[in-house]
Amino acid sequence: MSDIFNIFVRSVFIDNMIFAYFLGMCSYLAVSKEVKTAFGLGLAVSFVLAVTVPVNYLMDKYLLQAGALSWLGERFATLDLSFLSLILFIAVIAGIVQLLEMVLERYLPALYMALGIFLPLIAVNCAILGGSLFMQERNFPTVIHSFSYAIGSGLGWLLAIVAFAAIRERLKYSNIPEPLRGNGIAYIITGLLGIGFMAFLGI
Amino acid sequence: MKKYLGPLSKDNPVLVQTLGVCSALAVTAQLKPAVVMALSVTVVCACSNLIISLMRNTIPPRVRIIVQLLVVSFFVILVDQVLQAVLYDVSKMLSVFVGLIITNCIIMGRLEAFALSHKPLPSLIDGVMNGLGYGLVLVVVAFFRELLGSGTLWNHPVVPQSWYAAGYMNNGLMILPPMALILVGVMIWAKGGDKSS
Repeated sequence: MSDIFNIFVRSVFIDNMIFAYFLGMCSYLAVSKEVKTAFGLGLAVSFVLAVTVPVNYLMDKYLLQAGALSWLGERFATLDLSFLSLILFIAVIAGIVQLLEMVLERYLPALYMALGIFLPLIAVNCAILGGSLFMQERNFPTVIHSFSYAIGSGLGWLLAIVAFAAIRERLKYSNIPEPLRGNGIAYIITGLLGIGFMAFLGI
Repeated sequence: MKKYLGPLSKDNPVLVQTLGVCSALAVTAQLKPAVVMALSVTVVCACSNLIISLMRNTIPPRVRIIVQLLVVSFFVILVDQVLQAVLYDVSKMLSVFVGLIITNCIIMGRLEAFALSHKPLPSLIDGVMNGLGYGLVLVVVAFFRELLGSGTLWNHPVVPQSWYAAGYMNNGLMILPPMALILVGVMIWAKGGDKSS
């Protein structure tokens, strides 16, 4: 139990997707002009991560890893399909995003409206595929561990983009040197936020 | 000719268009993985541009994203397997970031914006140039981070021992991830800012 909680805290603060691994930076920089839209995107990313990572965990465990196919019989026990993981993961992600979109539109229209345009865009967000790939690299023992990792990473991403959007809203009124306006200062602020987050390394 | 050179400076994918930043920064603590990453992205970008451009008249517009993703992931798997076979240590260092080339926005962006509407040869050149424009940023960032952070270049020590004896110290901050972001910010500054905003 405690290691599940550890994974959660670790993925929110220490291995934060944006500040430690720069995953999903493109949308992070593009959609952080306002806190409200940033929150919507952050929510969508957390949501999709929480669904795709456990599914990809099961895919990895029962289809791809060396010996994973042994449930099919002796003949398959020696197969190692892990070189296919990239293509399977991206297919699962694209499929699930599509499916989620339809399910949400039918049963939870309010959430669907809130996520809006961000949901379909997420299929090509590096944070989502990155979540699955890190999950594979870390070899979590059970699907619960991978779920807690997914929720933690998603919340960490949400935290980062909302904090950054709030700073950016204030930034509009400050006097920045001409060549740094726009993206220049955005990178530097993210870097400084990242240094701030490194204080959590001690936890 | 001029329009193909754009990605190297005026339309640089990382500095100006803010594409592909995700993987650009994570692999730049040292020069060697940065160069390998730059070459991998160039290969994937050029090859998938070429293939998509060859197929551009047969892909139904509604499913083009899936087709593009499949073509790109095919080349990324090839690159990944080659790296694991030939440069195992670098491949370990790059870890998940080779796989993340699939979702690199530069590649998808070039497929959408260029390869779908141009002939194969210009698409190939466009892919190579964009890959190189991306690589340029990676190499510059990695050069400074390795030089100032570890005092080495390509794993060879370049800062003379006498400097250390005289009190020179490596800047450990340079190796930490946030410094990559700050260096890119400084590069944009040095380049004269981002004119779009």
